[in-house]
Amino acid sequence: PRPASGQDYISQRATRPSRPPRTPSPRMRRARPGAARGGGPRMPAAGGGQAEPGPRGGPLRRRESRRVPGGPARPAAAAGPPPAAAAAGPPPAAARPAALALVTLLSFASRFHRLPEPPHVCWDETHFGKMGSYYINRTFFFDVHPPLGKMLIGLAGYLSGYDGTFPFQKPGDRYEQHNYMGMRGFCAFLGSCLVPFAYLTVLELSKSLPAALLTAFILIFDTGCITLSQYILLDPILMFFLMGAVLSMVKSNSCADRPFSASWWFWLSLTGVNLAGATGVKFVGLFVVLLVGLNTIYDLWDLLGNLSLSLVMFGKHLLARVLCLILLPLALYTAMFAVHFTVLNKSGPGDGFFSSAFQSQLIGNNLHNVSVPEHLAYGSVVTMKNLRMAGGYLHSHWHLYPEGIGARQQQVTAYLHKDSNNLWIIKKHDSDTDLSVPSSPVEFVRHGDVIRLEHKETSRNLHSHQHEAPLTRKHFQVTGYGINGTGDSNDFWRIEVVGRKTGKLIKVLRSQVRLTHVATGCILGSSGKTLPKWGWEQVEVTCTPYLKETPNSLWNFEDHINPKLPNISLDVLKPSFAEILLESHMVMIRGNSGLKPKDNEVTSKPWHWPINYQGLRFSGVNETDYRVYLLGNPVIWWLNLVTIGLYLLITVSTAVALKRGVQLTSELKELSRVVLRGGGQITLGWLLHYLPFFMMGRVLYFHHYFPAMLFSSMLTGITWDTLLKFCAAFLSPSTTARKVYGGGFLALVLLIMYSFYLFHPLSYGMIGPMASDPSSPMAGLRWMDSWEF
Amino acid sequence: MLGFLKKPVVVTAEINMNLVALTVMGLISRLWGLSYPRAVVFDEVYYGQFVSLYMKRIFFVDDSGPPFGHMLLALGGYLGGFDGNFLWNRIGAEYSMNVPVWSLRLLPALAGALCVPLAYQILVELQFSHCAALGAALLILLENSLITQSRFMLLESVLIFFILLAVLSYLKFYNLQRHSSFSGSWWFWLLLTGVACSCAVGVKYMGLFTYMLLLAIAGLHFWHMIGDQNLSNVSLMCHFLARGLALIIIPVAMYLSFFYVHLTLLYRSGPHDQIMTSAFQASLEGGLARITQGQPLEVAYGSQITLRNVLGKPMQCWLHSHTNTYPIRYENGRGSSHQQQVTCYPFKDVNNWWIVKDPGMQQLVVSNPPRPVRHGHIVQLVHGITTRYLNTHDVAAPLSPHSQEVSCYIDYNISMPAQNLWRVEIVNRESDTDVWKTILSEVRFVHVNTSAVLKLSGASLPEWGYRQLEVVGEKLSKGYHQSMMWNVEEHRYGKSQEQKEREVELHSPTQMDISKNLSFMAKFTELQWKILTLKNEDTEHKYSSSALDWITMDTNIAYWLHPTSGAQIHLLGNVVTWASANIAALVYTCLSLWYLVRRRRKIYDMPEDAWQLWVSAGGICVGGWAVNYLPFFLMEKTLFLYHYLPALTFQILLIPIVLQHLSDHLCRSLLLKSMFSALIVAWFSSVYFVYCTFRPVTYGEPSLSVTELKDLRWKDSWNILIRKQ
Repeated sequence: PRPASGQDYISQRATRPSRPPRTPSPRMRRARPGAARGGGPRMPAAGGGQAEPGPRGGPLRRRESRRVPGGPARPAAAAGPPPAAAAAGPPPAAARPAALALVTLLSFASRFHRLPEPPHVCWDETHFGKMGSYYINRTFFFDVHPPLGKMLIGLAGYLSGYDGTFPFQKPGDRYEQHNYMGMRGFCAFLGSCLVPFAYLTVLELSKSLPAALLTAFILIFDTGCITLSQYILLDPILMFFLMGAVLSMVKSNSCADRPFSASWWFWLSLTGVNLAGATGVKFVGLFVVLLVGLNTIYDLWDLLGNLSLSLVMFGKHLLARVLCLILLPLALYTAMFAVHFTVLNKSGPGDGFFSSAFQSQLIGNNLHNVSVPEHLAYGSVVTMKNLRMAGGYLHSHWHLYPEGIGARQQQVTAYLHKDSNNLWIIKKHDSDTDLSVPSSPVEFVRHGDVIRLEHKETSRNLHSHQHEAPLTRKHFQVTGYGINGTGDSNDFWRIEVVGRKTGKLIKVLRSQVRLTHVATGCILGSSGKTLPKWGWEQVEVTCTPYLKETPNSLWNFEDHINPKLPNISLDVLKPSFAEILLESHMVMIRGNSGLKPKDNEVTSKPWHWPINYQGLRFSGVNETDYRVYLLGNPVIWWLNLVTIGLYLLITVSTAVALKRGVQLTSELKELSRVVLRGGGQITLGWLLHYLPFFMMGRVLYFHHYFPAMLFSSMLTGITWDTLLKFCAAFLSPSTTARKVYGGGFLALVLLIMYSFYLFHPLSYGMIGPMASDPSSPMAGLRWMDSWEF
Repeated sequence: MLGFLKKPVVVTAEINMNLVALTVMGLISRLWGLSYPRAVVFDEVYYGQFVSLYMKRIFFVDDSGPPFGHMLLALGGYLGGFDGNFLWNRIGAEYSMNVPVWSLRLLPALAGALCVPLAYQILVELQFSHCAALGAALLILLENSLITQSRFMLLESVLIFFILLAVLSYLKFYNLQRHSSFSGSWWFWLLLTGVACSCAVGVKYMGLFTYMLLLAIAGLHFWHMIGDQNLSNVSLMCHFLARGLALIIIPVAMYLSFFYVHLTLLYRSGPHDQIMTSAFQASLEGGLARITQGQPLEVAYGSQITLRNVLGKPMQCWLHSHTNTYPIRYENGRGSSHQQQVTCYPFKDVNNWWIVKDPGMQQLVVSNPPRPVRHGHIVQLVHGITTRYLNTHDVAAPLSPHSQEVSCYIDYNISMPAQNLWRVEIVNRESDTDVWKTILSEVRFVHVNTSAVLKLSGASLPEWGYRQLEVVGEKLSKGYHQSMMWNVEEHRYGKSQEQKEREVELHSPTQMDISKNLSFMAKFTELQWKILTLKNEDTEHKYSSSALDWITMDTNIAYWLHPTSGAQIHLLGNVVTWASANIAALVYTCLSLWYLVRRRRKIYDMPEDAWQLWVSAGGICVGGWAVNYLPFFLMEKTLFLYHYLPALTFQILLIPIVLQHLSDHLCRSLLLKSMFSALIVAWFSSVYFVYCTFRPVTYGEPSLSVTELKDLRWKDSWNILIRKQ
């Protein structure tokens, strides 16, 4: 209890009656007793204060007292504030559907405007359009992202009559007669849905129409969001599912008061569906899974503390969430992979990334429907494939290592293509009898045997010695040595199968084999580095003295020719669906981390993104080209940036005020709840979609920020609405407060619209001189030197 | 004042003999036979070279961490009178007589020894029993890996010491907080927290995570204070400011001071000069400064200059040309302009000299007064020896076909006109009228006709280009990359029109000392940036391991092997301690979750203050373990077992905490309690037994026979060295 505030109260009470009685807007009148009560904990409750007969009119007081118990956020439809106050006060019931319709309409109009332009391949359309075509042609390919996004693109193309024949070779290729509008339209449709989704989310969180409208306007008029939605890309699809997940999460939270109702189940399971969708498009979707997961844990923790809820009920809650948010998404996610592998059954450009066993499933692959002997025997002719991703076949040819690079012996490399130089004969290390004579008995190679590998074409033995390897200096050189199969003891290798006991046979395709050099103890491996010209740009093969289990030093046998053994069909080796699923994920993860920036390459850094430092060229370079440049509307982005700071300020001060026990009016309490809970959820989303990029080693691009940007825009809506409401609440109950609120809001919207008017050519295409030229329409808009339009 | 006349001055000292005994035991275990072996042990080979460089005051850059740790090691060398003359090239090499082995290893050993009493004190401050504190100290004392790591010239023990010191002083501070805020000892412990944190960060960047943990804990405690209505706003503000000063401002200042001392100590040029910018190099005694002293500052029309690429990767190099031309056809069939090659050459050479020429005038000398070149001016660059003009045109570069070829123009009269105008853009300018300055200005050359930017592509040319580095005109210039920036390194004002005289020209009279122009902050920023971004090629190492191997100690590191006998030193932990520490962490987590859920349902298993103790002890020990361990999963560098030791220390502290909790709260009956105590005694003897078993490979003596060594190989993945007979 602080006496000073009590005096405040008294002095305010004293001044109040002197105010001329007039009819202020409803919400300003509410602010007045709030300010008084803000003084100290001893103040009478709101209702008591209202009951005193004051200078104000009866009807007004009645309206007020009705609002207080209902909470300020409830729309007071009957009150019917004047139209000008629609932006300031709770809107009439009809305003919400109308506003929703308005923003949806604007959103669709902005995304579909000039959609067919430019009629050529733009930026990553070359990848994702191509992959859509692969689905239509059912050829197998490899991509670092999960398949859903590309499947949907393929489906959209298929339904709109695209036949999959356009090659999508490089950006700038004209589409000519090919029907690309279906795919672009699909992406634009999903991109347009983001705005109503964000609108509804903010409305649900803040219960404030202006906040929702502000968010919607930001997203509608952001050039970056427009550009990203207009092309055949994964991003609109990803963001659609992501925003869908957020919206349904928020909706299901607000259904918490009637658990297990139909709408509760609906929103909860919809959250799960969207999570599966988001993760199925890109792994970035895992961040939203994390967001929903944290939210659910918070939710469950809340329920657990509710002692009126029996443990059985809590168990039901828990089970429902496990079902909808874990099992359902997992099932859907697995299902989309099942569809993916069923649709893509023809051999294509992605084969080489996968194991031999997998390749045997693809129609047209040379491993498809072949039969080979199952177990390796001495005298067999084999090819060996390295197990690293896109690892080549062990290869040798007549050329020698050049002068000065190790011993001047025959090169041994890894080669990605099928070739007769990949064939090796397995021989015993101590006898050189010709095993191809039909009469000699068959002897199988067993785990732990010491063997010799003879190159079939050149009759040299696989050999290693303590010379340094050509590129990886710490490893030993591997060469082809000897004449007609006669070499020395450095040609002996011990063959071992991973995870197998001594004496077991070695299977084609299935066994993962390690070859240990007997004399030096090193292991045969492929370093993955490309040899220079003298090595025909094939991949280096070394013998590594570091005994680490990596796929680099593991091999499997792929082709196997031995006339003395019975052939079996490779269908026996057919991997199960679970194995395929696991393998494809391993390949995707390795592919993702393999996207490393090269030295000297200028890459986009995560800190560039929120400040809109640099965009991406979607189409066109020169003055005569139709140029599209992916860049956020700088006014909006900088507003977002400033807002994050503002939000932090507001949150910290609100939290400290609450912690210090400062008494707030119910209206301010409601506002701080919106800031802390709703804003907190959104901020968490922003952090989860932004911070992890700082830790990623792979190549990053500007467009990776857009999911975070959605959250940032929603935060802007909520924060400015709260800020203006706070300002209004601390002003005296006059029309100025309302003016501040309405005016501030209007100014923001006008500012956003005007900046869009300035920057709209970025999305809708620029032709003519570059912005550095004063005669260009964009002249003077190049506010940062790093923008390249 | 003269009270001592009336009453005798009595000093009563309370000495905790246990603490003294622990300290003595710690000192004995860490310092026993410290100078054995008199040979380079493992990473001493790495840190030793820096100690030598400190002794010789030669500048170096080490990307493994900030300089404080290195300086501490060097301090040991300084106290021992080391002159820095030793070739650190091989593990196992015998030390020569001039190397003071004992004093070099002394500081890490002292730090390691003091960890023992620190562990005791931390548990006492966490308000656990004296017995638990004793247990923690003994476990640290008998941990073989900590002993091994402390006994050599390595930094982990120093890091662990500062981390524990920071934790202890924060706890002391926090416990004083309740009754005597702003007292002398309150300030002492608060400031010590900040100092210890900055020292930990200064030794290794891993210390940063413990610092963050302490900041978070301090923030949480302060948050509770905010809720305390008895504190006035003013005193709250004072508390906030005191914490900000001690925990943020002082550590930052200390960190800067480490670099200040580092840069003051190392003033001579050395092996890592070329990583730094020209301006930095010029500030070092001996290297570039010898050349650049007395150079004119402002580049003028007619200046003779060498141009160094700012990036310095893959190596430092200067813009270069020579009379050879590009081959008419490359090996892949593409054609070239067949004009004179322009490359980037990593060595000083007379062919690196270029002359800045005004396109409007013929003369190649500096007029009087000199006309300086400013930002935005258009110049031609004339190659000094061949007098050909730097040129670029729409021909694909030899190795980067998306960029333009850069050449020195030869007129073949084939309707391929010269395009040799370049606009000078000073990237680090302060205003748009800045003058192009020697060494200090970083400049882009933008081609006037094609707006391509002169860039080092990083590829090295084949035989015909003498393996020099390729220089191209980059058309799609993405922002400002250092590979597109150049700075003038050597510079003189050209005075003679004649080709012959040009090479014997004198320096101009405008003198300047560039080292004075580089402030400490500029040097610090550059050095810090280089340390953070310097990327070593990822190296494979025989004893490297992954973070997952550490928990179960599936890996070890052989530190040293006696040249003749089987005596050897390994980094191997006390197996029982490691396993118990893991179990303790697991038990702690499970119990805490269980308690949390039950508390949420309003079932209280223990009194509130016991619960608070349990939470704060776990927050520090489990938190300390997590922040010192989990980040390694995100790192892409080569990892070793010793990286786990700070995390392990925290985990060990958790063992007695969990044991005491089990005995106090879960052993209800007296019988159970005494049985539990008996178990603990048995378990502790096994810890001691394992310590004794592995002592020979911890201290490196006595030498073991082959069978004894084979017996020590408790896990198949351990690499115990056994000599072939």
